[in-house]
Amino acid sequence: MDLLNALVTFLNFVFIPASAYGAQLALGALGVTLIYGILRFSNFAHGDTMAFGTAMVILLTWGLQALGITLGPLPTALLALPPAIALTAALALLTDRWVYRHYRRIKAAPIVVVMASVGVMFVMNGLTRIVIGVGEINFADGARFVVTVPQFREMTGLTEGLSLRTTQAITLVIAALSVWALFVFLNRTRAGKAMRAYADNEDLALLSGIDPDRVVRLTWIIAIALAVMAGTLYGLDKTFKAFNYFQILLPIFAAAIVGGLGNPVGAIAGGFLIAFSEVALTYPWKKVAEYLGFEPSGLLQMLGTEYKLAISFVILIVVLLVRPTGLFRGKAY
Amino acid sequence: MDNAYLSATGMRGGYGKADILNGCDISVGRGQIAVIVGPNGAGKSTAMKAVFGMLDLREGTVLLDGQDIGGLSPQDRVRRGMGFVPQVANVFPTMTVEENLEMGAYIRDDNFRDTMEQVYQLFPAVADKRRQHAGELSGGQRQQVAVGRALMTRPSLLMLDEPTAGVSPIVMDELFDRIIEIARTGISILMVEQNARQALEIADIGYVLVQGANRYTGTGAELMADPEVRRTFLGG
Amino acid sequence: MSSNRQADARPSPLRAPLLFLAVAVLLLLEGSVSNAMFSGSWNSALALLNMGLISAVAALGVNMIWGYGGLFNAGVVGFIGLGGLAPVLISTPQVAGAWAAGGPRLMLALAAGLATMVLIWAAAQRLRGLSRGAVVTLVVVAGYVATRMLFDPAVAAIEANNPAKAGNIGGLGLPVVLSWPVGMLLAAAAAWGIGKVALGLRSDYLAIATLGIGEIIVAILKNEGWLARGVLNITGIPRPVPYELALQSNPEFVAAAARWGMDAATGSGIYVKLCYAAIFIAVVLTLILLTELALYSPWGRMMRAIRDNEVAAAAMGKDVTRRHLQLFVLGCAVIGLSGAMMVTLDGLMAPGGYNPLRYTFLIWVMVIVGGSGNNWGAVLGAILIWFLWIKAEVWGPAAMAVLTSPLSAGGLRAHLIESAPQMRYLAMGVVLLLVLRFAPRGLLPER
Repeated sequence: MDLLNALVTFLNFVFIPASAYGAQLALGALGVTLIYGILRFSNFAHGDTMAFGTAMVILLTWGLQALGITLGPLPTALLALPPAIALTAALALLTDRWVYRHYRRIKAAPIVVVMASVGVMFVMNGLTRIVIGVGEINFADGARFVVTVPQFREMTGLTEGLSLRTTQAITLVIAALSVWALFVFLNRTRAGKAMRAYADNEDLALLSGIDPDRVVRLTWIIAIALAVMAGTLYGLDKTFKAFNYFQILLPIFAAAIVGGLGNPVGAIAGGFLIAFSEVALTYPWKKVAEYLGFEPSGLLQMLGTEYKLAISFVILIVVLLVRPTGLFRGKAY
Repeated sequence: MDNAYLSATGMRGGYGKADILNGCDISVGRGQIAVIVGPNGAGKSTAMKAVFGMLDLREGTVLLDGQDIGGLSPQDRVRRGMGFVPQVANVFPTMTVEENLEMGAYIRDDNFRDTMEQVYQLFPAVADKRRQHAGELSGGQRQQVAVGRALMTRPSLLMLDEPTAGVSPIVMDELFDRIIEIARTGISILMVEQNARQALEIADIGYVLVQGANRYTGTGAELMADPEVRRTFLGG
Repeated sequence: MSSNRQADARPSPLRAPLLFLAVAVLLLLEGSVSNAMFSGSWNSALALLNMGLISAVAALGVNMIWGYGGLFNAGVVGFIGLGGLAPVLISTPQVAGAWAAGGPRLMLALAAGLATMVLIWAAAQRLRGLSRGAVVTLVVVAGYVATRMLFDPAVAAIEANNPAKAGNIGGLGLPVVLSWPVGMLLAAAAAWGIGKVALGLRSDYLAIATLGIGEIIVAILKNEGWLARGVLNITGIPRPVPYELALQSNPEFVAAAARWGMDAATGSGIYVKLCYAAIFIAVVLTLILLTELALYSPWGRMMRAIRDNEVAAAAMGKDVTRRHLQLFVLGCAVIGLSGAMMVTLDGLMAPGGYNPLRYTFLIWVMVIVGGSGNNWGAVLGAILIWFLWIKAEVWGPAAMAVLTSPLSAGGLRAHLIESAPQMRYLAMGVVLLLVLRFAPRGLLPER
């Protein structure tokens, strides 16, 4: 039995990747849950908006690189992030003005707004295809690793190595910072409290003199900022491929629903729950088991990685069956 | 009443084609408690919503402190000094008591700490729970938060839509005591009530509405003494 | 949807015939005129018509769910794929040795999986508290291990059987048209399961759950080699109509084609496509007849009552969730039928092509543009949108070349022309948004 090596293997292949992926899902799910809480519809365009925002980041990264501007060991994409967020948020505000505002005014059924978001999804998808195409793009530059496997082995003398990629470290840092900033905003500032009030009780918020248009604008800007960050970090961590951002919609929705739609804390918890389940159930545990003194005959892989979407789906179904309001009790209506 | 603070006259209107209000007059003097009572469907809440601008009137004028406010939105009427406590959904359930009061003061740019302390003094029970979510409070305490929220703009007219609906008699008495206290500070009160007898006991002026029009008007004591009113509306 | 119904007068009775005539003219132009816009090939025109008709079947299914129930199925692609599985399992020839290699074990594994689910359900129903969690966990683990122990070797054996040409469990060798109702059943079964869970909750939950099931069904089709060879595709699925090659070697047919002024190759293509078109039109008309009959039956009146005022219908004692489930299952069965028809037309099962934008959301555009709640509208929208979708791939670059002609022949112009075929995604989104906003009842509003 070799506990240390088992632990390092677990950290390297399960804990670190799942944490990074969980942070990406959490950022995405936060956007979905905020839009649900304030604008009261499930935004099917969220995945493709993430893709569009990431495409903007990539174009700007290329531009910066062409000008010879980089961030040294950090990916240049981080520098491109703020202007890309601004561009994407501007587009989202236009979309709200041209599409969603109408349905708010006529108080359309939520499902009609969902349908409109499908239209927006098509538009975003088309725009992404036009500006950057459907191929796979790797836009990570700078140092690839914070710690590499050989370095770690040398430091510790263990057989197993542990690596921490720059993108994983950045994902965790950025996610932690933005979640912290979001909660400070929602709980400490007047505008943030107004957003929560509007989500809680729209009529009373209006009576209290809260400007609904301002709340809606703020919601879009925050959701888009989170979405573009999520998309960029996901793209840096894996690679950018537009279709993957459509597929990530399911785990993001699942995370938001598991946590309780409309509940930001729930969205974060849901993101990590989905990510850890996905990684843990698709990881072959054979090596860890061997270090722990077992001799398994198979790979000890619960499910092939090609079925990782099924894990989000099953978790979603279980939550719908057992507790439709989610773990942290989202909006009951 | 010539020097009424609020004076709504000849109100006609409704939500659809049919009018709910058929020439209804409501006025409240400074620091007075006015109570609207009447049978179900008489248009009591509608009359109050009309005063507050949540319903477009076909006819009639609404004067506040002598000025015509008929064209203003509810939000603007709040700015002019009207406070409104809806009957249901009148707090922000996932926000703390303190945040509820802060949201009440949203339109104020000055320091509202003093007002908040006054509200806490008025309702010591909710002061102890200022960090709790309003949705977790008891029905009576939630009503107190709702009234407190409306007081945060320092209104000169406070309107309450059935504030005692669904609370126990003890809580109701307590709430009416508080309302009297509020009126003593010079705030006018306009209130719609189902519990007509208790409400009229504290009313300076009472309006009995039937089918959207005034049937009886008088001081609370007069109405309580009127045998006709007692027989038809107060159950003997 | 009741919330966006326009209050305007009923449309002219000529509207539907005229619009169908316009679509027919488009198809006739495609067949007869050869220029920058149209190919002038009857084969191309008929291929467009046939896929349009299949899309119409899917659109009819979606229309039942949306137009009559107000439910959003975001996993149409999965039900189309599931329907497409039926021709493979029912009508492809048996694979020698496949059943012997692992058939019984596979059935046993599937039975074990099913038994596990039933046990979980029973435990969740009967037990309460801590024991429920413990028993359910135990059943999940034990059932999973047992199923995998039976399933893995069976699959390995089947996939090892003639892997270059087969490696799948094979079909029953029955006539292909028999597989169509089977495709409906497969889709209906999946719809029942998902509807049972997600209906009766908030409306967007069904949308999200169906989005998931759609993706998962496609993943299964792509990865389960034993089922239908996965991404290796199944080709040569039998047809209900003659083969082109057989016709070309038939002297009578060659002579007949010559009389029409066509060579045998073109003529045989057109003949085969006409046969398909006849079958598909018969299917579409039957479906419309059946749905219209159902809609004006007491059942249909109840469905419309529920749609127009769910709360009132529930107050009158109608079990809204149950009715929605019926509608959802029926609609998904029709979507499954379209999947089986498509695989039959192509003679090919290629799960790699099941793209949700094309097979879920494009169908939605067809229904919304055609007119939610109107069956003829769904058919019109399907053929029209399919026509535009295919032609936009040609028209896009041509239009872009004209539009960008003032630009110098630089990188930007090349990029714009190159990416012009992608414009159709953008265009479809814009069309959907415009129709939803300005004509929410579509081209042919519901009567």
